[in-house]
Amino acid sequence: MTEATTKELLLEVDDLHVSFPTKRGEVQAVRGVSFSLYKGETLAIVGESGCGKSVTAQSLMRLVSTPPKSGSIRYKGEELTTKTEKQMQKLRGLEMGMIFQDPMTSLNPVITVGEQIREGLLRHQKMSKDEATKEAIEMLRLVGIADPDKRMKQYPHQFSGGMRQRLMIAMALVCKPDILIADEPTTALDVTIQAQIIELFQEIQRKTGVAIIIITHDLGVVAQIADRICVMYAGKIAETGTSYEVFKEHRHPYTEGILKSVPRMDGNRDVPLIPVPGTPPNLMNPPVGCPFYMRCDYAMKVCKEVAPPRTDCNESHYVHCWLQDERAPSIKQLHS
Amino acid sequence: MLKFIGKRFLWMIVTLWVIITVTFILMRFAPGSPLDIDDVGMSDQARENMMAHYNLDQPVILQYLNYLKNAITFDFGPSMVTRSREVSDMLASGFPASLQLGLVTLILAVISGIILGVLAALRHNKLIDYMTMFIAIIGISIPNFIQAMLFIQYISSQFDFFPTAQWGTWRHAILPALALASGPIAIIARMTRSNMLEVLTEDYIKTAKAKGLSNFQIVVKHALRNALLPVITILGVLVASIFTGSFVVERIFAIPGVGQYFVESITNRDYPMIMATTIIYSTIFIIMMFIVDVVYGIVDPRIQLHKKEE
Repeated sequence: MTEATTKELLLEVDDLHVSFPTKRGEVQAVRGVSFSLYKGETLAIVGESGCGKSVTAQSLMRLVSTPPKSGSIRYKGEELTTKTEKQMQKLRGLEMGMIFQDPMTSLNPVITVGEQIREGLLRHQKMSKDEATKEAIEMLRLVGIADPDKRMKQYPHQFSGGMRQRLMIAMALVCKPDILIADEPTTALDVTIQAQIIELFQEIQRKTGVAIIIITHDLGVVAQIADRICVMYAGKIAETGTSYEVFKEHRHPYTEGILKSVPRMDGNRDVPLIPVPGTPPNLMNPPVGCPFYMRCDYAMKVCKEVAPPRTDCNESHYVHCWLQDERAPSIKQLHS
Repeated sequence: MLKFIGKRFLWMIVTLWVIITVTFILMRFAPGSPLDIDDVGMSDQARENMMAHYNLDQPVILQYLNYLKNAITFDFGPSMVTRSREVSDMLASGFPASLQLGLVTLILAVISGIILGVLAALRHNKLIDYMTMFIAIIGISIPNFIQAMLFIQYISSQFDFFPTAQWGTWRHAILPALALASGPIAIIARMTRSNMLEVLTEDYIKTAKAKGLSNFQIVVKHALRNALLPVITILGVLVASIFTGSFVVERIFAIPGVGQYFVESITNRDYPMIMATTIIYSTIFIIMMFIVDVVYGIVDPRIQLHKKEE
């Protein structure tokens, strides 16, 4: 949660492209995503289903079936896109840990949770089994699982959904990685458990200083936890900024659209929720111009024909939108 | 656990009793009698003496009780065909060979079936996959007695390494075991392959990958154990089919096993022999089923063999 004071760059993603071959053609899931992650901060990647946010996250650890088509991922200055599978294995779990969406299916049902937590340690660190077990018990305690000695010997089906997500977090953090990637970590949980898991993330970040990339479509979660936010749309970044900038000073009509469609506990309840009409474009054959132009209230002729360039609002905030061009008409409605 | 084993043991005895009873009824109500085969004219007096000797003149219910007693003590008296030998002695002399062949076959089938299945799954839709599945189809569609004859014709007669019509060293067991195992290998390989393909797409495989585990660890530790659960289930049935299938193959390879007695005993109406072989094979089958259940409970912790005692 420290910002600007100790900005040590951990991860730098530049113009990342990922696509998947399918029978009907190539799906361009990620089309030029760039962002950076600093030590100890929380970056949220938000967007609706199918916008490429999960693929982006999994590509960071090269967990998707196809390697990135182009672009670069640099971790502490090291290029990851050109690494071999063997080199990536050394990095996974040790430098970056990952948590997946559904804790019910993400744990191996026939292996004790203790073994599943300590096997990462045994793989990456020179450690005896007893030391690894001790470390794993410590980890279980950190993620708030009571009676960890006894729980170590149990199997995933003996844990509830929220507890399993805690196990996943313990598993991802056991080697003390610098980055924790959480791919929709709260989507499959019910609301009270969601809140507990989010609090756990914050607590762990305070204790270990791990940088978190959280992928979600839940803006409530984002508002609670994120230092910086990337808004993704159709495989591209629409807008990036600090949490305050995205929530209060957003410049992109899509950001405005998703914010207006979320109910607020503290706002005026008479203001109707406004959904973003339409559906995202087909990524098999993405539009040449701005991918949002079909659903955009402010669409201009240029939006259809030319992809909007990046406009920097300040050093942390930038937008891909033609409205930022000096020739565009000024729009009053945004962040009203 | 002990309670579970005890309970299962009782059920095994009940099952065995049902099998014995049904076999008894079937044999008695089928037309013909063991003394019919004696086509050398037998006087009525001699026939009556024989009937009395084998207790066949008694009421059926008494015969039945007598059989139950024999079954419990495993003493079936002399064979009705080879009258000079006790049934239990004949079986005891043949059993080691059958057991040896069965075990070699089982080990061969399980190990190569699983390896082939895993290889095919890992090289899904590649050459190894197609080759393995082609071999599997051949193995499953050609009956083992035909394979046995082909092996003798084309392998045994060409290479001295594989002797035939003898029994003794491990080399004698290779070809008959291969003929017996090819069907089970095919079944296990196909099943392992399809389960592996399914398991490899599971979320927990991705989790294992995200931990930085090696491919070997992922496949063997995380995927294979889950993929083998259904294979264990069919293993019990496969064992039974291996042992019963060995009747014919034993004859073709002239292996002095139990199978020959079993086949001959039915055509000869050799009641004591039929009962004895039935009991042996049913017992093997029932015990295998029991072992499968226990192993299943060990491999898959979600299955509880016994109620939680808390």
